[in-house]
Amino acid sequence: MSESNAAKDPSSRTRGKAPGILPGLLQGMVTTAKSALRPTHTAEYPHAEPTLPPRSRGVIALLEENCTSCMLCARECPDWCIYIDSHKETIPATTPGGRDRQRNVLDRFAIDFSLCMYCGICVEVCPFDALFWSPQFEYAEYDLRDLLHEKERLGGWMATVPPPPALDPAAAEPAEVTAANRPERGRP
Amino acid sequence: MTWVEVVLRAVVILAAFLSLPLLVGQTEHKLMAHMQGRLGPMYAGGFHGWAQLVADGAKFVQKEDIVPAAADKRLFRLAPAIALIPYLVALATVPIHPGVAGLDVPASALLFLVATGVGALGTLVAGWASANKYALLGALRAAAQLISYELPIVLSLASVCLAGGSLSLLTLTDRWQPHWLLWQLPGALVFLVASVAELTRPPFDTPVADAELVMGPWTEYSGLRFAFFLLTEYAGIVVMALLLSALWLGGWHGPFSDTLGWLWTVLKAFAVAVLIIWMRVAWPRVRADQLQRLAWLVLVPVALAQLALTGVGVVMGW
Repeated sequence: MSESNAAKDPSSRTRGKAPGILPGLLQGMVTTAKSALRPTHTAEYPHAEPTLPPRSRGVIALLEENCTSCMLCARECPDWCIYIDSHKETIPATTPGGRDRQRNVLDRFAIDFSLCMYCGICVEVCPFDALFWSPQFEYAEYDLRDLLHEKERLGGWMATVPPPPALDPAAAEPAEVTAANRPERGRP
Repeated sequence: MTWVEVVLRAVVILAAFLSLPLLVGQTEHKLMAHMQGRLGPMYAGGFHGWAQLVADGAKFVQKEDIVPAAADKRLFRLAPAIALIPYLVALATVPIHPGVAGLDVPASALLFLVATGVGALGTLVAGWASANKYALLGALRAAAQLISYELPIVLSLASVCLAGGSLSLLTLTDRWQPHWLLWQLPGALVFLVASVAELTRPPFDTPVADAELVMGPWTEYSGLRFAFFLLTEYAGIVVMALLLSALWLGGWHGPFSDTLGWLWTVLKAFAVAVLIIWMRVAWPRVRADQLQRLAWLVLVPVALAQLALTGVGVVMGW
């Protein structure tokens, strides 16, 4: 008899003893009353700024000076939402008899945020640190087509990029520091 | 009673009928929100969203009033009125102030029971006329539930009528004495539980269980007619809370009852309404079979025992 009861009532096996109906009901009322007296969790968003974690992926900002138009980001982008146009300019030689040099000049850098899936591969792949994650997220538009943002707008978001978080205490020192501290090669 | 007084009473009752349910609804919005760690409406009307239900009403008025092609159109249109108007009548019978009730008739307790019974019919008519399986299932559940819970309500009310020796709610409240609080306590609890079930409010909301039946008998309704069903629910809370306050909690009895009697009645009723809201937040829905067990194996026996206890008390002259 007692065995069949124990098999029927799962709570008696897992919890030891189940509270009766009345204690359960009272417990429900006490719990709700307690949370009614506590401050609420609601953040009234448009009137209160949200506290976002430092690595929030809100929007991708462009530091135009660092971009070499190498197209790595555009080619790695899974849904091809980055548009880059550039042309070559010739820099005349600075010394007499020297050779003219050529450099890429960025004409257009645009990200279509209606296609972007915020994977961050472009940020990862950029060898020159021209792309950054910004926590800024308030750039909704009424028309899907208005989500294609050009380099002026992308550059404007650079102001909202937070400084990189500090390294962990036990982390290896940054590559730049290692390179600067490396002893000079002994000359033969 | 002159016709001016009749009109005046009718207007006051109608105003209470249209405003008190909104007050209860707003209380439910805010209380339920805070019990769930939310804020609830905050913007409509400026101060803590006080006008949210007014805004909801304005929205409901603008919605299209849809009648399904397969519905029994006349009954479908009539159902909200069948549900709503009886509670208006029931509200009129409730004593508010010493010697004051909207509708003072000798057997107002009977009138109250009849009116709330007819109100239950509106749900059934709505479910039947909608020509929708969810509505029909909901209406059948509601029928089973309302029939079961009508009996405990009648029995617990009969107990008070026996204790007060009258069928007039005004006389009953007039004869209320503080020791009734203990003497009639089982009946009060039975009435509270049964009236929550009668209103198909959580935890007894299987007829409108949204996870199973969309919105039960109200599934096909839209616009103002849907709003009338919601108003019925909250008007029902007001009516039941007022009656509970008048008969079991002493109504106007309290300090300065000659002048502040109405305030005592309303305050006690508000406390009951808060309790009804609280039950909705705290407790899970009861299954249909558990609902029947509770009605027939707990509430009816307790109500009968209360009736016997009241009979003993009346004979002994408590």
